[in-house]
Amino acid sequence: MFDNLSNRLQSIFSGLRSKGRLSEADIDAAMREIRLALLEADVNFKVVKDFIASTKEKALTSEVLESLTPAQNVIAIVLEELTNLLGSEAVKLQFSPRIPNVWMLVGLQGSGKTTAAAKLAYRLKKQGHNPLLAAADVYRPAAADQLEALGKEIGIRVFRGCGKDPIKIAQDATQDAIDNLRDVVIIDTAGRLHVDEEMMAEAEAIRDAVQPECILMVVDAMTGQDIVGVVEAFAERVDFDGVIMSKLDGDARGGGALSIRSVTGKPILYSSEGEKPSSLEEFYPDRMAKRILGMGDVVSLIEKAQEVADLEIAEEEEERLARAELNFDDFITINKQMKKLGGMGSLLKALPGGEKALADGQVDEGALDRMIIIINSMTAAERAKPSVINGSRRARIARGAGVEVAAVNQLIKQYETMRKILKQMNLGADSVVKKSRPRKGGKKSKRKGSGRQQGLSKGMGRGMPDLSSLGLSKKGMSPSQLKNLEDLLK
Amino acid sequence: MSWLNRLSEGLSRTRKQLSESLNVYFELSPEVDEDFWDNLEETLIAADFGVMATTRIVGELQDESTRKALPDGAAVMKLFYEKMAKLFATAKEDCFDINPVCILFVGINGSGKTTTVGKLAKDGSQNGRKVLVGSADTFRAAAIEQLDIWAERAQVPVIKRERGADPASVAFEVIEAAEKSGANQVLIDTAGRLHTSDDLMRELAKVVNVTRKRAASVEPTPFEVKTLLVLDATTGQNGLAQARAFNASLELDGVIVTKLDGTAKGGIAVAISEELALPIVRIGVGEHIDDLRPFDPQEFVNALMA
Ligand SMILES: Nc1nc2c(ncn2[C@@H]2O[C@H](COP(=O)(O)OP(=O)(O)O)[C@@H](O)[C@H]2O)c(=O)[nH]1
Ligand SMILES: [Mg+2]
Repeated sequence: MFDNLSNRLQSIFSGLRSKGRLSEADIDAAMREIRLALLEADVNFKVVKDFIASTKEKALTSEVLESLTPAQNVIAIVLEELTNLLGSEAVKLQFSPRIPNVWMLVGLQGSGKTTAAAKLAYRLKKQGHNPLLAAADVYRPAAADQLEALGKEIGIRVFRGCGKDPIKIAQDATQDAIDNLRDVVIIDTAGRLHVDEEMMAEAEAIRDAVQPECILMVVDAMTGQDIVGVVEAFAERVDFDGVIMSKLDGDARGGGALSIRSVTGKPILYSSEGEKPSSLEEFYPDRMAKRILGMGDVVSLIEKAQEVADLEIAEEEEERLARAELNFDDFITINKQMKKLGGMGSLLKALPGGEKALADGQVDEGALDRMIIIINSMTAAERAKPSVINGSRRARIARGAGVEVAAVNQLIKQYETMRKILKQMNLGADSVVKKSRPRKGGKKSKRKGSGRQQGLSKGMGRGMPDLSSLGLSKKGMSPSQLKNLEDLLK
Repeated sequence: MSWLNRLSEGLSRTRKQLSESLNVYFELSPEVDEDFWDNLEETLIAADFGVMATTRIVGELQDESTRKALPDGAAVMKLFYEKMAKLFATAKEDCFDINPVCILFVGINGSGKTTTVGKLAKDGSQNGRKVLVGSADTFRAAAIEQLDIWAERAQVPVIKRERGADPASVAFEVIEAAEKSGANQVLIDTAGRLHTSDDLMRELAKVVNVTRKRAASVEPTPFEVKTLLVLDATTGQNGLAQARAFNASLELDGVIVTKLDGTAKGGIAVAISEELALPIVRIGVGEHIDDLRPFDPQEFVNALMA
């Protein structure tokens, strides 16, 4: 592929400085590159055309033409224009006094509505609401089962209703919310094509029946040029209030966001970026603008931060760690974190006392990998609650992983050791419990203005609560801790 | 509505769109001028061809038209259609004709894998094959139930394990069951995943490897294993990155493009087929069990330009 946009602009403008002043032709050349970047990012070609025309005018001002750093200036203008187009200030959803408030999700098939519904409910719950999820997709096989399973995972009631009438299900769900003291209902609807007259009429009928406070359209970040027609039709028929962009954890540039905004004027409210229920973030236009332009350095930095943030131990896991109730899911998480941070060796070196263990040649860096293979042969229940792993389960796990039962026994012994280490650590240092408490109260302050960037600055600290926040770095490991750790890695 | 009606309805829509677009090229813009090329370029970009591929195709067409001194727009468009249809990689044989065969369906979340497996299961058994489907999507909530319902609709047996089970060992068991039951067309559904997730891609590679290994030892005839990428037609330029990543980890054998019943043209599939030499083996044109069609390059290109 080509270099990132900043580099390309830089090379267009380099060598021009001798001329003293940029010409309109130089700006045209720059605009061609910008056009290319926008099209590669899936911004709709009509939107690109308008955008280039209006931005070119701004770039033809004397400040840019005479500047010493024209590339930077052009980029700054483009970024600003893009950010403005994407909506410069964050939009907040308003609750009405009605009980329950009704939110409705719509979108194409496979765009991620069901997952988004659960994430939204999770988010609202954290903000102190008491949501109800309603399964109004009566067409896709097992759609209601999916929502129900997701609801169970995050501890939120799911209303399935009976029958095959989504309008009635939506209506009954609002009654169910009243009966069960829920203040907001999130209705998951079937995926539908914007050109499917019958299905679009159905969406309108659901809307008219329950009069939602808020209708959100879920749009896949990977969508291409077709997005414009799709959102236009949905805006005209169901008149949604805002957009959730899904699958932004991939590497799609997400130019559709820009197209949606400029064609319908509807704001993008959330971005959904991962499999975890917590991975629904407020939408940040400035970050999206950089992403669309593919501004390598900035974007890759952000993405790196995102990776680390992804590995953030979920709060429940963190709590379990604090109570030394480690399970095998935590093992996997810890292993991933270690990999990201340069492996066991570099990690140990960073710890006082760890260097010695390494020097003694007692650390086997492949040990964790082998453990993971065994853990992968366990069922979800076994991973979550290792105490259920009895003799016959061990034999089955060993078969699945292609190892001797002895290896499984050893892993379980190691697991016990690790638990012991954690217990000891918790007794000594300022424990995780204390550290994680402020975050637990659902306090937004910590997350606010955070998103990915914060993940970076706090990367180490948040990524490694199990080691670094245990006070190890301050006090070093006690001989018995070090001994245990060594045992573990043998 | 019967599938025959649906089919002809779909076709007539395509035909209508086609004639409308041909009008644009042949009647409204018979002259091969700047506007003609701009229009063509815009049509291709709007169809998700990507600006690089578009620039290249239009450039080549311009050169060739000049060289051959083509008289008018109609002649240029004829050449264009010919060239386009040749861009697609072709398969030596339809992987659904291989006997016995095990086919794995991979792709990102929501692209249409499970639905496609359901449609193909019915298609296979209607063609006299002994079909077995297996659910190696042990991750997504209710994915197993979803495939279960499709298997019931297609009236084929299904092999499944509980949610959270290791997908590679499910795949293993599916082949084992096929060997026992004498099934000769095995369709394995996998969990959707983003190509950017290294862990999940590694997990999938393991599923494919385990399948290949076990399939090779099936008695009396080893199963051939094919891996197909299921791609949503609405996907934009990221589709190429997806296909590259899946191909790099799994060595794909082909692509199925779904949701072509919408207005998206699926132009990125052309780039994928060409660059990675992957044939498009089927297309999905709806949510119904019969909404599956063979791939016809000429028809696909016509629809692209519509
Ligand atoms: N309109 C249309 N929808 C489809 C097509 N194929 C799948 N779908 C829908 O896309 C959504 C996701 O499909 P699914 O098979 O669950 O995707 P998976 O996550 O890849 O298994 C479902 O709502 C399907 O009904 C198609 O060809 N046309
Ligand atoms: Mg599926």
